[in-house]
Amino acid sequence: MLAGTVPLFLGAMLSDIAYSATYQVQWTNFASWLIAGGLVFGAFAVVWAVIDLFHADRRGPRALLYALLVVATWVLGFVNLLIHAKDAWASMPGGLILSVIVLVLACAATWVGFSSLRVGGAT
Amino acid sequence: MRRSSVLPTAALAILLSACGGSGSGSDLDAAHLGPDPALPEPQRGLLPAMTVAKPAPWGDRQPTVPDGYTVTAIATGLKIPRQTLVLPNGDILVAEGSGGNAPVLQPKHLVAGYIKGKGTTSVESGNRLTLLRDGDGDGTYEQQTVFAENLNAPYGLALIDGTLYVANQDALVRFDYRDGQTRASGPPVKVTNLPSAINHHWTKALAASPDGRFLYVGIGSNSNITERGMTAEVDRAMVWEIDARTGAHRPYATGLRNPTALAVQPRTEQLWAVVNERDEIGPNLVPDYLTAVREGGFYGWPYSYWGQNVDERVRPQDPQKVASAIVPDYSLGSHVAALGLDFSTPAMGVEFAEGVFIGEHGSWNRAVPVGYKVIFVPFQDGRPAGPPVDFVTGFRGDDGMTRGRPVGVTVDPRGALIVADDLANTIWRVTPEL
Repeated sequence: MLAGTVPLFLGAMLSDIAYSATYQVQWTNFASWLIAGGLVFGAFAVVWAVIDLFHADRRGPRALLYALLVVATWVLGFVNLLIHAKDAWASMPGGLILSVIVLVLACAATWVGFSSLRVGGAT
Repeated sequence: MRRSSVLPTAALAILLSACGGSGSGSDLDAAHLGPDPALPEPQRGLLPAMTVAKPAPWGDRQPTVPDGYTVTAIATGLKIPRQTLVLPNGDILVAEGSGGNAPVLQPKHLVAGYIKGKGTTSVESGNRLTLLRDGDGDGTYEQQTVFAENLNAPYGLALIDGTLYVANQDALVRFDYRDGQTRASGPPVKVTNLPSAINHHWTKALAASPDGRFLYVGIGSNSNITERGMTAEVDRAMVWEIDARTGAHRPYATGLRNPTALAVQPRTEQLWAVVNERDEIGPNLVPDYLTAVREGGFYGWPYSYWGQNVDERVRPQDPQKVASAIVPDYSLGSHVAALGLDFSTPAMGVEFAEGVFIGEHGSWNRAVPVGYKVIFVPFQDGRPAGPPVDFVTGFRGDDGMTRGRPVGVTVDPRGALIVADDLANTIWRVTPEL
């Protein structure tokens, strides 16, 4: 689930860069839908991460860090969607900055989550 | 973007404040009206302020009119009445319908479309003209009959010497008309196509030049502020002058975001318009306005508003166009959504003898709703003079429910104001008491 968010948020960030470079609004429309897609996958990741926190055998500092990263990614991703809903250039440069932050958070969450697979952590 | 929103908690706080409060400075007062309105700094939270009308039936209630005036519903059960035309014999034609086919380009459009839809009628587009007749002159329009149907979201109406012109959302068409006719004698003849791709703002306002040679058509922009791309704005946000005989057109004035009603001033023969300005930069930006339309003039959209105030949302910018932008004549207040315009006559009573009536459909992009009424702007020596006066109110009740939304206003030279209400699907007639 979480793995799906990274390429979508990456696509959103690239679209933002393209909009900044060309002023073609279609790029910002692409970015909006990619962020919305990332949020759909991300919502499942949030639910799974929170459920994991309530499993005694899986609880630990790593699971907590993972859950915090996933939640932060989703919340900022949602804020980013609202910023992208502003008309035309009103979404810039805030939208691009937030797209970068959300992508970094998504990568970090994925890295923490998947690296703990070896010890039987997050799914 | 605010830097603090990097923190999730701060972001949530901003989100909540953006959802909830009306905020200060939200009221529309005299400072925002007239020739020199106060223009605050642009502002926008994470969510645009939205207060959408909650529809309710009129029941026993009626709109409120000034002392010495009477209001009557002369037609009900219509299919989204927008603009009206009083014919020489006193019959009234009503254009009914709803247009536009703007696609969903962003997740935002799904949500906003759903919310705004709650504030409008659920009746389907009539796509027709209805004729109302008061045969015996008692003020009751006992005859209500379909004059023409199978039109495409008709809006603007004009009559020139036995020819009735109708501005559909995609074409200007004409019918032959002779006095007393209650049904069109045939299908309409196309004069010329009108810009209709997307039709974000679909209404095509219409007025005829006094000599009958030209028709003026108001064509709205295809976006709030270019968010559908600049290529969608070719031939948009302008008034066309169309040769009635040949159908040839040229831009008469440009940069008018959404010129929703046009009227020619008696005596001076000057073309006037009401124009709906851009949304989502604050409760008191940008003022909708009334203005004399100068031939060849540029009025700012999209690059700037109220003269040289640059709109930062537009890229690429155009400083030369900004420099040439004309300041409109008279602010009606931001978001009031002026959709109707007509010049008064002395038959409307002394207080309302010289000036214009304006129908205000009412706001959505504002915590505190404004508009939802018919106002009168007094004129002196052919120019707006003095603050606007409420003429028909009560469309939005003290209980917060909305019973009607005014669109077209037409002055009957016999001494009556005809108001189309597209929420209650009713035509109101306001007359001075004898």
